[in-house]
Amino acid sequence: MATLYRMKRWLADGAHFGIVAAFTTFAAFPFYWMLITTFKRTTDLMNRTHNPFLFHEPPTLEHVRVLFYDTLYGRWLANTALVGVLVVAITLVLAVPAGYALARLTGRWGERLGIGIFLTYLVPPTLLFIPLFRVVVGLNLQDTLWSLVLVYPSFTVPFSTWLLMGFFKAIPSDLEDAAMIDGYSRLGAFAKIVMPISIAGILTVVIFSFTLVMQEFVYALTFISPASQYTVSVGVPTFLVHGDVYFWGSLMAGCFIASVPIAIVYNFFVDRFIAGFTVGAVK
Amino acid sequence: MEAVKGEARVLLGAPATRFSYLRDREEWLGPLMLGPAILYIILVVGFPFFLALYYSVSDITLGSRSLGFVGLKNFTSVIQTTKFKTSLQNTFVFAIVSQILVLVLGNVLALALQKDFRGKWLVRLLILLPWVAPISLGTIGWLWIVDSIYSVINWTLRALGIFGPKTWPIWLGVPHLAMGTVITVQVWRLLPLATVIILAGLSSIPRDIHDAAAMDGAGFWRHYFQVTMPLLLPVSMVALLFGLVFTFTDMTVIYVLTRGGPYDTTQVLASLAFFTGVAGGDLAEGAAISLFLFPLLLAAAIGFLRIARRSEVV
Repeated sequence: MATLYRMKRWLADGAHFGIVAAFTTFAAFPFYWMLITTFKRTTDLMNRTHNPFLFHEPPTLEHVRVLFYDTLYGRWLANTALVGVLVVAITLVLAVPAGYALARLTGRWGERLGIGIFLTYLVPPTLLFIPLFRVVVGLNLQDTLWSLVLVYPSFTVPFSTWLLMGFFKAIPSDLEDAAMIDGYSRLGAFAKIVMPISIAGILTVVIFSFTLVMQEFVYALTFISPASQYTVSVGVPTFLVHGDVYFWGSLMAGCFIASVPIAIVYNFFVDRFIAGFTVGAVK
Repeated sequence: MEAVKGEARVLLGAPATRFSYLRDREEWLGPLMLGPAILYIILVVGFPFFLALYYSVSDITLGSRSLGFVGLKNFTSVIQTTKFKTSLQNTFVFAIVSQILVLVLGNVLALALQKDFRGKWLVRLLILLPWVAPISLGTIGWLWIVDSIYSVINWTLRALGIFGPKTWPIWLGVPHLAMGTVITVQVWRLLPLATVIILAGLSSIPRDIHDAAAMDGAGFWRHYFQVTMPLLLPVSMVALLFGLVFTFTDMTVIYVLTRGGPYDTTQVLASLAFFTGVAGGDLAEGAAISLFLFPLLLAAAIGFLRIARRSEVV
């Protein structure tokens, strides 16, 4: 009886390990493959008799050198960072006061308005890119990064406002009431009392917005055509792919470098995003 | 309360200027703080949306300045093309198949991750990678994995003896295989989001409910189907709605992998709208195509509202 129980237990543990291992491999394999490909010589990559999991020739940094010196990759990273910083700034300026107002100042309307704003996050670029393309052309912003700075807050502001609303609601309002009795105005209490203890929430919004900017593909592809003005997520798939000859080593290096660092930072904030995503379905 | 605050200020001797008076008027302050965000959303989401509606009944192209009204001509002419019909069908196959897979696999993975084990933080990080990394870049990783000549999948399966010497599938070159590959990559990308949402739902189920079920002698399957799954329903709905919206309306995976090919067998409405409206310059017809996505969004919005309302009551 005891052995039967132990065997069942052993089987369950084995199944658990197998499931976790299978899913982890599925999720992470493309990134592992990018990393391996980055350091392999082209002659090694392009030899079909070679086992692709092994290095048959010494590893090389040539692909990374090509990526940074012979392509516009560095420029794309800088463009992405510039757009990211500006969009984050705009998002904070618009979403922090709005989130606070929805949490504290708008009463019963706040909740409904908040859900309304959240729903605009669902309106996808593929529905708006055609009219916005025309608007961007009309404003003479096509082929510049400013077109992205103008349009990207349309998907960072709604969700950030929603996240911050939840965050501010969780702060006990006694804190501001006490501050206001001490002579602060509502605005003063918000700036001096609420903001400092909301750093974690604001940081969450910063990371979330920056990641969305890095991921955006459709608008950048639509609004911009010169290679020097692209962001990383569009530059790599459109300009590093030369006709039928792909520079796989450099291509994979470019993908890996732009994906993994931001993912590690994001990982620390996931639980907060999820609290926002679940629209209150999880208590 | 307002009066008390005002009095307190007078007692404390704080200067009662007109500005500080305004700062205390909360019925003004609220709209003032909310205004800029709402205004921005109206200008950059609301206005273009109505512009899209207008374009779809006009004859606008990228080159011309004309904006003549043509009624429903764009819609009727679009609907008749085979390109549109296949795209519509592909959109549904792509979205529904991938989201069923995401929901089932997400539940399995969330259950497996609920247990504590060594190295769980690393596993969680790796599993989240596909969701966080820029989609277009992750998809290029797949483009290399399913390469027509150097595919590592084909190499491995041949080395294992599963593929004979003559079998070497071109994953993106054959209609059904291409659709399968595109769906797989979409599942890969959205599985992390569904998993963490469901995981959040799992951890919110009170411990004593599980204890009570165990006490009553429920086995693993019975416990899952009769206790856990019903409690996970609302949160699974949230995961499904996000997945559907992100799949019905996205074209990134398809654009990078197949550009809608071979022979439009992976063309979806979003990518067709791009190729018609932006690459082809026919803004009016492109706008008409992308507006077919709207009913779905409306349905998703209603779904979210219902979930939000229910959670408010509880």
